[in-house]
Formats: sequence, structure tokens, C-alpha cells
Amino acid sequence: MGRFLASRLTGAGIVLLLKSFVIFALIGLMPGDPIDLMMNANPETTPEQMALLRAMYGLDLPITSRYWTWLTAAMHGDFGYSRIQHRPVLDIIIPALGNTLILTGAAFVISTILAVTLGTIAALKRGSWIDRIINLFAFAGISVPSFWLGLLMIYLFAVRLGWLPAGGMPRPEQGMGGMLAHLVMPVMTLVIVETGGLARYARAAMIEVLGQDYIRTARAKGLTDRRMLVRHALRNALIPVLTLVALQLGGLFSGAALTEAMFAWRGMGRLILEAILGNDYNLALVCLLFVTGTILIANIFADIAYTWLDPRISLGKRRR
Amino acid sequence: MTEAAVSVWQLRWRRLARDHVALAALAVLFTLYALCFSASWIEQWFGVTGIDTDLMSRFDPIDAQHWLGSDEAGRDEFTRLLRGGQVSLSIGLFAALGSSFVGTMIGATAGYFRGRIDMVLMRFTDFMLALPALPVLIILAALDLTKLGFSENFVRSGDAGYWRIVLIVTVLGWTTVARLVRAATLSLVEREFVLAARAQGASSWRVLWVHVLPNAVTPIIVATTLRMGGVILTESALSFLGVGIQPPSTSWGSMLTNAQELMASNPLLAVYPGAAILIAVIAINFVGDGLQSAFDPRADPH
Repeated sequence: MGRFLASRLTGAGIVLLLKSFVIFALIGLMPGDPIDLMMNANPETTPEQMALLRAMYGLDLPITSRYWTWLTAAMHGDFGYSRIQHRPVLDIIIPALGNTLILTGAAFVISTILAVTLGTIAALKRGSWIDRIINLFAFAGISVPSFWLGLLMIYLFAVRLGWLPAGGMPRPEQGMGGMLAHLVMPVMTLVIVETGGLARYARAAMIEVLGQDYIRTARAKGLTDRRMLVRHALRNALIPVLTLVALQLGGLFSGAALTEAMFAWRGMGRLILEAILGNDYNLALVCLLFVTGTILIANIFADIAYTWLDPRISLGKRRR
Repeated sequence: MTEAAVSVWQLRWRRLARDHVALAALAVLFTLYALCFSASWIEQWFGVTGIDTDLMSRFDPIDAQHWLGSDEAGRDEFTRLLRGGQVSLSIGLFAALGSSFVGTMIGATAGYFRGRIDMVLMRFTDFMLALPALPVLIILAALDLTKLGFSENFVRSGDAGYWRIVLIVTVLGWTTVARLVRAATLSLVEREFVLAARAQGASSWRVLWVHVLPNAVTPIIVATTLRMGGVILTESALSFLGVGIQPPSTSWGSMLTNAQELMASNPLLAVYPGAAILIAVIAINFVGDGLQSAFDPRADPH
């Protein structure tokens, strides 16, 4: 276990390092650099002054040496400043992370429970009208653009009916009720979009398990349907489902960019979008690396969860 | 044993033909493509235009000439939807085919040659898979191509904007097919008919092309179909965020950007493009699901 963890963590570290360079280089290719932006603020800057400024900030150096400077500072815990907000990057990320976890966490719990329930029902009533309706809803959820769903909800519940706030963060004095009111629509959007695929996966896993010999044995020895379902079928069907769920854990931290943007929820996803679209290079870079890091760690966690749930598989030997 | 022998493709087609949902979805999809790509004839027929602005007829109501009314610039909404559909649907097709082509090449190479080549290619696949997709797509869509040495004129042209989206969605979208094809190739090269071909002196290229890939074609077809839906959703999100298809060109996603601001006064303008995306993607997914069951050899043969 220790060796497995050590080798996986080393691998993840190398991947993260490679990614930091790729993302750094890509962001360097985006339009404009900090000096262009300074010039927009003061049109009288001469080309000579701009060249001087570029040299002062090291922007004339090749990409590899700029990356090296950034990396050594990051290794010492200095992740730099946001160009637009003029605050250290970490001071911006941490509150956004809290907001994102509230939103994605709520949606994650609800959609997982809903998906397993719907998937199990569909598998047990395979071929019936209820299976078809669940299937149709699952496909609709997979196929709908989340930002359009958000747009329609805002129009219906905020503009026409006035039941819910159109977006934004609750103010502290609004308390729990304000928080819930602000959460309803973004959580609903995420749940609708995320449940479909997982429900279909749960249905397939359940059908697979229900066809196994040990289920027939359990039935033959006279177990009640409910007991058979819970003790034998659900337990085994949950293994692949939970592995998929664990793989999605990393996504919790990256937030849901489009949904957060639609509802003006100050989470990681929206922060990343704003940083990229607003040319806030350093903020975008650190956010993206953080997000990638959590995804890599979640993948390792999913591998461990897999062996823990299914003792037949041993760590290290499993091939992807 | 009284039945006449049928080929495997006849069998698959028969299974698909009994799947009414998949057939209906296929019909919807064909209708959508046919409608969108005959937009210019439909415009002539009704005497309307989905491209040219007409400030005298902004927000026209629905009537016999303007089936869905007109938009904020006086363009006919119905034919504009068809024009946007040309872009969205064709990007979906091209990028899905591109992803499958790249994925097939990489997967087949990894699975056939194994060893070090396999390890390097699969690590690369994992690397691509763990990139945060939407942010990276936005960065790629916003890249300043002049910094890569392309001319200003080329970068600003509509064609560059269109093919850029096809290209970046392809670059990030081949991983699923690569894994599928690698797994299929790994198991196929162990089979006797491949050994027999090798013993007769067939080259690696011939073994792959004639013996391996034709036997791995069904998962590729299913994955390509499902990928089309994903591409259309991705393109709409990028265009909605303003980094995808740029005006004067239009797609369903960019139509939603404009409609968002007019939501309070003209909500229907925001309903149509989104509904078009939903209908197209849901039809594609049902077709993909139908193909998957029709191709599944474990399904009953009748």
C-alpha cells in the first residue's frame, strides 16, 4: 500500500509539473501581455519605453527561463499576485474554493443518490414504461446545454415568478434561508445535467449483477426480494458506480464553470473563466494547476476505493 | 438451421431496424441536417433572409412568412436557426470524425506495437484526459495565432475561426477512441487469423488495416456518434462564452449569447437555439445508444 501510494504520487507530481509548463506556455500565447495592457492605460507610452518595461519585467526572455523563474518562486510557496485584483493569488482562491464546495458538494450528493435510486428502479423494471421514462430523462439531462437550462430557469423562477434570486451570492445577514434560496437553481441545474449519465451507468451495473449466478442462488434459497436486493445486488452494483463517483470527486474543486457563471456564483469555475477571459495570467495558471492537482489526487483515491470495495482486486497489479 | 445465412452487417441492420426509438432519432437527425443545409432554398421560397439585417422589421411576430418571427436585427429567426445549424452540425460531424481518426491511429499504434511505444502513447492519453477540458479549450480558442506566425488576415477570416474550433475540439477529444481501439487491438493481435496473416508475410500496415481495424469498427462507430453530441455541446458553450464562432458567422451557441440580453423582453429568442441544440444532441445520443445495442453480439440474434 505504501509503495503503491508513493509511486502513484510521484507519477502525479511529474504529470503536474509537465502540465504546469504546458499551461504556462499556452497562456503565454494568449493575446496581449501585461505591457500591452499598461499601454492601453497610457497611450503616450513610446515603443522604446515599452521595450524597456518588457526587459524590466523579463517578458523578453524565452519561455523556458520565464517558466523557471515562476517555478522556483512557486516552490518557495510564492504563487504571485492577481493582475486584476491586486491580491495574492491564494487569498483569492481559498474563498472561491469554499463557495464551490458548497455548490458542487450539494449537487454531487443529491445527484449520486438520485442516480443510484433511478438506476436501480430502471434495472428492476427493465423494459417497462417507467424504465423508458427514466431513460428519456437521463438522455435529456446528458443532452441539454447547462447554460441554456440555467437561462430558462432564471427567466421562469426569477424574472416571471419572482420566487428566487436570479443569481449572485447571499449576504451574510440573509442566513440559512438566503443561502438555500441562492443555491436552489444552480444546484438544480447541476443535478439535472449530472444525474443522467450516472443513472444509466447504475442501471447497466445493476442489470449486470442481476444476471449473475449468486443472485439466482440467493433467490433459490428463498431470500425476499428486498433482502436479495440490498445484501447481494445493490452492494455489488455499487462497486463500479462508486468508482465512477470517486473519479468525479476531483471535479468538485474545479467547480462548474458555466453554471457558476450563469448564476454569478463566486466559485472556482467562474474564477477560472474570468481569469482566462480577463487576461489574468497568473491567477488562471495557479487555478488550473490546483484543479488538475485535485483531479490527479482524486484518481489515486478512486483506485484505492476500488480495491477497498472489491477485495478481489489488488493494488499495483491493476491495469488501466 | 433452415434460415438463410446472413452477413453480420445484415444482422446488425435488422436489429437496428427493430429499435423504433433509434430509427425515429435517426429520422429526426437526417431531417435536421437536410433542413439546415437547404437553408438558402428555404430563404428563397419564403422570401426571407437569416443573414441580412433589416431594422424596419425587428422583433416581428410569428406569421406565415416568418415562422418563428424575427430577431433583434430584423433577421428571420427560423432561417437564421438553419444557418446556425449548418455551423453547429457540421462542426459536430467534422470534429467527431477528426477525433475518431486521431484516436484510431494512436490506439492502433499503441495496441499493435506494445512495449515502450504503448507506454508512451498511453501516458500521453492519460495526460490529455486529466486536463481540465473547458478551461483549456477556452485558452486554445483564445490563443493569438499571430504569435504562432500566422498572418493577420488569415486569423481574422471566418474560415480560420471555424476550423480552429474543429481542430481544438479534435485535439482534446480523441482519448476515448484511442483507449477503445487500443483495447480491441491488444486482444485482436493475439488471434489466430492475425498470426496466419503474419506467417504469410503480411506487413504491419496490412495486418492493421485488413485484419485488426475492420474488427474494431463497431466501437469506433458508436464512439464517433456519441462524440458528435459532445462536440455540439462544447461548441455551443465556447460560442456562448464568446470565444467560439465569431460574427458575422453564427452558430446555435452564439445565437444564445445575443438572446440572453433580450431574455426579459423576448424570451422565445432564447428558447429556439437551445431547443435546437437539445433536439440535435438527444437524437444523436439515441442513435448512438441504438447502434451500441444493435452491434452488441451478446444481444439475442432475432
